[in-house]
Amino acid sequence: MNSITKNRLKDQLFKFWGIACTLFALILLVVFIGDIFIDGIQRIDWGFITDLPSRKAEKSGIYTALMGSIWILLLTTIIAFPVGVAAGVYLEEYSKKNRLSALLEINISNLAGVPSIIYGLLGLEVFVRVMGLGASVLAGALTLSLLILPIIIVATREAVKAVPSSIRDASYALGASKWQTIWNQILPASGGGILTGVILALSRAVGETAPLIVVGALAYVPFAPTNPLDEFSVLPIQIFNWISRPQHGFIENAAAAIIILLLITFVMNGIAVYFRNKWQKKLK
Amino acid sequence: MRKIKEYLIEKSLLSSALITIAITFGIISVLAVEAFQFFSEVSIVDFLTDSQWTPLFTDKHYGILPLLSGTLLTSFIAISVALPVGLSISIYLSEYAPKSFRKTIKPLLELLASIPTVVYGFFALIVVTPFLQQFIPGLSGFNSLSAGIVMGIMIIPFISSLSEDALHAVPKEMREASYGMGATKLQTAFKVVVPAASSGIIVSIILAISRAIGETMIVAIAAGQQPRLTFDPTVPVETITAYIVQVSLGDVQHGSIEYRTIFAAGITLFVFTFLLNTLSFYIRKKYRQKYE
Repeated sequence: MNSITKNRLKDQLFKFWGIACTLFALILLVVFIGDIFIDGIQRIDWGFITDLPSRKAEKSGIYTALMGSIWILLLTTIIAFPVGVAAGVYLEEYSKKNRLSALLEINISNLAGVPSIIYGLLGLEVFVRVMGLGASVLAGALTLSLLILPIIIVATREAVKAVPSSIRDASYALGASKWQTIWNQILPASGGGILTGVILALSRAVGETAPLIVVGALAYVPFAPTNPLDEFSVLPIQIFNWISRPQHGFIENAAAAIIILLLITFVMNGIAVYFRNKWQKKLK
Repeated sequence: MRKIKEYLIEKSLLSSALITIAITFGIISVLAVEAFQFFSEVSIVDFLTDSQWTPLFTDKHYGILPLLSGTLLTSFIAISVALPVGLSISIYLSEYAPKSFRKTIKPLLELLASIPTVVYGFFALIVVTPFLQQFIPGLSGFNSLSAGIVMGIMIIPFISSLSEDALHAVPKEMREASYGMGATKLQTAFKVVVPAASSGIIVSIILAISRAIGETMIVAIAAGQQPRLTFDPTVPVETITAYIVQVSLGDVQHGSIEYRTIFAAGITLFVFTFLLNTLSFYIRKKYRQKYE
């Protein structure tokens, strides 16, 4: 065999190896979801969603955890959305190239890489102890807001950056002020991109477990929260709790609750992708 | 009037941006204050050299090494899985795959990263461990092997996606010059494209390591809660993050030494990830200058 055929052979071999690796990851994805589906689908009925948690696996439902997750989602949106977008707009439209902007940039990049459990420690000390909120939905939502803030800021910056400068110039030429330009032109034009980023950030918040455990969210809550200062549980914590019990019934419950959690996550991701595609077409 | 309004709006937007600085300041001061009080009771030498971590027992030892070895062991296993697979995927997608294939596969792979980690934990404990036990009879129900492997699967998309972006950004001319000299795709990929994109690839690997070190739920569920100084992947271990979860689930009094241990563990974790993230930030900055 001469060196040319050898090289061609190696080339082909690597190609197959690459396909194998890609398929390996995708097949695992299918196996994951399929396996969990088989374990849990029979357990899902209306009662599973509307029942309160119980010591008996077959009587347990996810109602309180699901309500907790919805509360967390709403509060986190209310807190993180305006702050994140405002910060992103500031960095892209106002910030001049100086020490402060350099510091902000490295800081945000670093925050995005801080492990989520560290945010839990911050929330435990600041929101739960110092501000006296206790292990409440509000303390949990504030903690998760800090966690997803960097994601929203980065997404907002990307979306604002993608708005063509001709739109800006046209607005200024008509005599609009900076803020009028941002509010009337740039934000509407970048809205789809911002929305995509926010939804992806929120879908991450829905699946977060560790920071909420540290903040003190409970595994067993007899009632759904009725106000922001109530105690709470969320779906991932309920799942974690069921996984750590030895009886088989709880494993089935965990699989069923995972199906619901994955459904929420995937639907949110799907909506985000939909908005991104629509927005990218509009920009062109 | 309009000027005042513009001024106020700018300042309120600025204050939102400054919140991010406050978060970092908050994290560092919270960890530092609690850890400082911890180190006023436990000597820092013991913390760094004692080979036992038993703050919740009567015979208390405060050596971080067992938690650190657990963290490094699970992360090492995860990277050993994610690095070859993730890198191969990225090279295949960027150099070999048809454009349409690449466009459909990338979002699907990123779906792997959007699955909540508690779900991966379930998978490691309920599926992967029993599966591996068929081949490794001595494998304990909780072990770092299956936790590490599943964590590796979770971070494959981090490596494949970011590396693929870096490979894709390499100018076409460089590839064409190489093909023109008669090189195969494989030779071009490894001798031209990968070296040209090396900084981007290194960034993706560093971020993946940082992610693995900070990952919590998979290891808390599947790796166990027994801090021990070992590199044996078949026995239960405990990571820094899993310890913080373990203490948080129990009823620990605020202000007690047990309460402070989670901050001492937390600051150790933070130092590691902070160094890795800062390093990746500077490499990325340098890389950007190279191409623009």
